[in-house]
Amino acid sequence: MTDHELQLKAVQLRKALLHAICGAGAGHTGGGLSCLDILNVLYNRILKVLPETFSSPQRDRYVQSKGHSVEALYVVLADRGFFPKAELETICHYRSHFVGHPTRHIPGVEMNTGALGHGLPICIGMALAAKMDNAPYRVFTLLGDGELAEGSNWEAALAASHYKLDNLVAILDHNTLQITGHTKDVMSNEPLDEKWRAFGWHVRTVNGHDYAQLTKALTDAPEPGKPTFIIADTVKGRGVSFMENVIKWHHGVPNDAELKQALSDLDAAEAKLKEVA
Amino acid sequence: MSAPAPSMFTLAAKAMAEKLGLKMGRANLDEFAATLEELAKANPNLIAVTSDSRGSGKLGPFGKALPKQLVEVGIAEQNLVGITAGLAACGKKSFGVSPACFLTARSLEQIKNDICYSDVPAVVIGISSGVSYGALGTTHHSLHDLAVLRAINNLTIIVPADNFEARHAIQFAAKATKPVYVRFGKAAMFNIHKPETKFEAGKALTLREGNDVAFIATGETVVHALLAAGQLAEHGINARVLSMHTIKPLDTAAILKAGRECRAVITVEEHMVNGGLGEACASVLMQAGVHTHFHIVGIPDEETIPGAQADIFRHYGISMEGLSATAKKLLR
Repeated sequence: MTDHELQLKAVQLRKALLHAICGAGAGHTGGGLSCLDILNVLYNRILKVLPETFSSPQRDRYVQSKGHSVEALYVVLADRGFFPKAELETICHYRSHFVGHPTRHIPGVEMNTGALGHGLPICIGMALAAKMDNAPYRVFTLLGDGELAEGSNWEAALAASHYKLDNLVAILDHNTLQITGHTKDVMSNEPLDEKWRAFGWHVRTVNGHDYAQLTKALTDAPEPGKPTFIIADTVKGRGVSFMENVIKWHHGVPNDAELKQALSDLDAAEAKLKEVA
Repeated sequence: MSAPAPSMFTLAAKAMAEKLGLKMGRANLDEFAATLEELAKANPNLIAVTSDSRGSGKLGPFGKALPKQLVEVGIAEQNLVGITAGLAACGKKSFGVSPACFLTARSLEQIKNDICYSDVPAVVIGISSGVSYGALGTTHHSLHDLAVLRAINNLTIIVPADNFEARHAIQFAAKATKPVYVRFGKAAMFNIHKPETKFEAGKALTLREGNDVAFIATGETVVHALLAAGQLAEHGINARVLSMHTIKPLDTAAILKAGRECRAVITVEEHMVNGGLGEACASVLMQAGVHTHFHIVGIPDEETIPGAQADIFRHYGISMEGLSATAKKLLR
């Protein structure tokens, strides 16, 4: 799939995400939109994971540590055929397995997440298992930048380099905002690149909405003996003009008028992309 | 010269143990370590994960014999449980081993989410549980673990009473396809079971029959109940003794049977009286409409008295003498 095709797909996925959140009456809109391009690249270009071979022990593992961006994951999994898209309409509904954070009841989900600071330690266990078995699979996790205040991430940061887990990739959805405000004001964590380098990781920084940059960072061979940390600079609420960088959209749910406006933004983006083609 | 450790048993209790034919075994911790190593030698997928706790967990020999099957995470219990879960999710039979006090408090959320909610076949081993580290103080006690873990779905909880139960608990956990928590101490234990005993997780073991009073005890307190039953028999009181090694799922049938057949029920646990075995038994009895004289022996809701494990047991009546007195009072 070309970058252009992926960009067009991203517009559809963003629309699906907004519909899913409106249907659920709840959700994490801003962070879902910020990490959507990362997931689009992961599932369409990087991960060796298919619905028909999901039970294979050799599959790549993806654990979404920032579990609250679950709608982005669900729409990407639906698009990849892990389950019918119609099931997205049941998110957060009574008796629906599609609860508001990832669960293994949903085909394609590796681990139940939602409490922050859990994904990276789990992925270390997975990457260690791969090393023990001489298995070729890689292990990926997606972290939020606000999430990095959880101390367990730093326990894991030590362990990943201690065990030389070069089959492990942590991607940071670096949108610089969290529920209370700017991450730098809530609990500053910069300079992130220097911190992760100091913990023994190979660090790459990319534009988290640039398909070529994301793809290169995720496909380039890892530095031998080092886990990879990809700082993906993103925009919270990306793709919807009135949501971009606006804190209230962390878990704001659009009303009918807002949904209409958002979809019209995305229609315009789609038209523009088609024009370029 | 260091002071000698206080004995867990009075001379009278030792005499009763001898009368009952009980032989002193080793610490359940030693039994665990030996069993785990034996299982790991037969199963290269069995992995122990430690948080600078291989010494406390008696896993030094395991680490030397099977270095590729031991993952050290340093003093980082949250990471320990997350890694244990990740290993289990990728086909390993992982045992996360750490002092129960830290493991079930600091990393409770990892046990709840990464293991139980994600439903991976990992095992969590709480070593030196209860007041095993008695004199080290409340930081090192786990008097909350049964209460908090009982409130988490999808976890089997086992508290072995002697080497036989410890061995079987570890063997059960190694085969389990669901999450398991096992907790035990580091003091040498009397072997309380007959060789022909069959262990089944979720089924209490009856050590002695009797219909005057039933002791429903768990873990390292069971032997004290057994000794008390011996002492009570000398006073014409027939005490039933159940080893309730599995706290979850609870053997409700055995509890109800005891409640219906005995004049009084006494539960005994090395745990705070809030939310442990005693309250679990009370709930079973009350909801079935079984009303009997009932008493929970455990550590009360107060700052635990300073002292070694033996001191603390004696102070709170977890001893042959203490339990005999409690039974007599309840039957009066």
